[in-house]
Amino acid sequence: MNNLVILPIIIPIIAGMIMVIFRKNIKLQRFFSVLSTIAISISTILLITQIHTNGIQTLHLGGWKAPFGVSMVADMFSALLILVTSIVSLCCLLYAFHSIGKEREANYFYPLFLFLITGVNGSFITGDIFNLFVCFEVMLVSSYVLISLGGTKIQLSESIKYILINIISSFLFLVAIAFLYAMTGTLNFAHLSIRVAEIGQEGLMTTVAILFLIVFSLKAGLFLFFWLPGSYSAPPTAISAIFAALLTKVGIYAIIRVFTLVFYHEPEVTHLFIGILAAATMLLGAIGAVAFWDIKRILTYNVVVGVGFILAGVASYTTEGMTGSLYYLIHDMVVKALIFLLGGTIIHLTGTSKLKEISGLIRLHPGLGWMFFIAALSLSGIPPLSGFLGKIFITEGTFEAGYLWLGGIGLFTSLMVLYSIMKIFMNVFWGYTDLTEEKEKGTTKGLMLPIGILTIITIALGLGAQGIHEYVDMAVEGLMNPSIYIEAVLGGNLSQ
Amino acid sequence: MKKPNDVIIRSVTKVAVVIIFTFAINLFISGHHFPGGGFIGGLVFASGLILMFLTFDMETVRHNIPVDFKVVAAVGVLIAVLTGVGAMVLDAPFLSQSFGYFELPIFGKTELATAVIFDVGVALAVIGTSMTIIMSIGDDR
Repeated sequence: MNNLVILPIIIPIIAGMIMVIFRKNIKLQRFFSVLSTIAISISTILLITQIHTNGIQTLHLGGWKAPFGVSMVADMFSALLILVTSIVSLCCLLYAFHSIGKEREANYFYPLFLFLITGVNGSFITGDIFNLFVCFEVMLVSSYVLISLGGTKIQLSESIKYILINIISSFLFLVAIAFLYAMTGTLNFAHLSIRVAEIGQEGLMTTVAILFLIVFSLKAGLFLFFWLPGSYSAPPTAISAIFAALLTKVGIYAIIRVFTLVFYHEPEVTHLFIGILAAATMLLGAIGAVAFWDIKRILTYNVVVGVGFILAGVASYTTEGMTGSLYYLIHDMVVKALIFLLGGTIIHLTGTSKLKEISGLIRLHPGLGWMFFIAALSLSGIPPLSGFLGKIFITEGTFEAGYLWLGGIGLFTSLMVLYSIMKIFMNVFWGYTDLTEEKEKGTTKGLMLPIGILTIITIALGLGAQGIHEYVDMAVEGLMNPSIYIEAVLGGNLSQ
Repeated sequence: MKKPNDVIIRSVTKVAVVIIFTFAINLFISGHHFPGGGFIGGLVFASGLILMFLTFDMETVRHNIPVDFKVVAAVGVLIAVLTGVGAMVLDAPFLSQSFGYFELPIFGKTELATAVIFDVGVALAVIGTSMTIIMSIGDDR
């Protein structure tokens, strides 16, 4: 029992509810939202040190032991993700202070933002597949409101698509859970793992596994990403940045969790399928990123490429590949938030997202330009920035697993990503400066701080990779050996 | 415009609402050991409120019950979560419940449980949420 485990879920929900009561007091809401993200970070750092010394931490709610009660399980993998989530969301909040506007602030922007974090953290920490569904819903319901908050025409038309696609996938999720429950009689991840190992992952079980894969692919944007570029470019910058950084990652987390802990017996079927989807995602996403001449579109297609790349490492199902996926997942959360904030700032300054209408911005905003350059290099995995290590490990893992084509496509699409992002850099920052400070649509006042923090983090993650190596290794060890997780959750009740 | 003749519904509502509220409280209390509880009690309570909104116009009821139901929902969730936090303060797992038997003046030997406080939170959250939904659909401003 460790009550620290529940804190990442209840801190944002308590703060959010207090904000709903004090709706008119914007200053208080800003203060509480920053305070709660910092509090989550601190409690998660404590949690990580405890996991590091004592192994996986669990909490059985109300003292009802697993597999009967609801358990919360924090292993190194989920704790690392929660830490990155809270740092990224802090930066997006700081950015929102100066960009989101009074209207949205007065209409529950901050509480919704915190409920979104509640759902994301809950998904990372739950030890029970039905609770995963509930936390997904908490996250999705907040994202429905955030995507349509403000009610501009493009937001409303995109939110209809977004809501429909997510309702369908939630429905399929529930059906898949029902099938799984009918076959195994349990919903607890650790218990599921034991039961599936006992029954054997025959044809029907693998079919259910593929059903789960489809559901999570819809959420993660793995191959089924047709809804993603539209929905992620509709809301304001701070919201689309947090979407790009977190929402697809929760889907990826669910895929990794389910396919390393429960359905890991038939990797030649399920994991190969993930690999094929990942390859198609990378190729299609990269083609989209190269083809468009619109900042928002290029960035959203880069989200898609990132998803494919992370899951290529998962598909290899080797220690190297998993290590790479984890490094790249952490890197991707930071750098996607960063690049979306940068892109949003450019649009905020110039009033347009069309590349051909912008040029020579570096003369007016050298800091912005150079940070964009660093982010672009980091995104495409140039050493010594944070994307490099993940790329190396994932490529190594896919080669080791014999999926030469998968690693090859990964490297090839990295080049396309580099081209697409350099296209933005060259068009926006190089060339003749036809904009003057008076003609700009907005200022960078207050917007540079969160961007600066994220840039420093992406550099630090690259240079200080050795520092987090120990923790990532521990997380990967837990993923590759389901018995550690099972032992931590069920303890002596293994024989049931 | 001719005023609609709604004498019957007005008279019935005045009696029925009291019965519905009593029934809601009964459901809420019996929920600890028998079917019922905060969720269903809250829903029945909300249905009583809706009947009042239907019978008398929205302005009148709002004037007499000046509460923001969004705040009611938030307070409810806060109560429910904070009972869980209370367990954490006493070094028990989050959401742990406890109960005991007490001698009360009128009721005699009574079982008091902390789960009831949690249920009050649930009831308030349900009332707040369902009223917010109904009122935002029904409100045409």
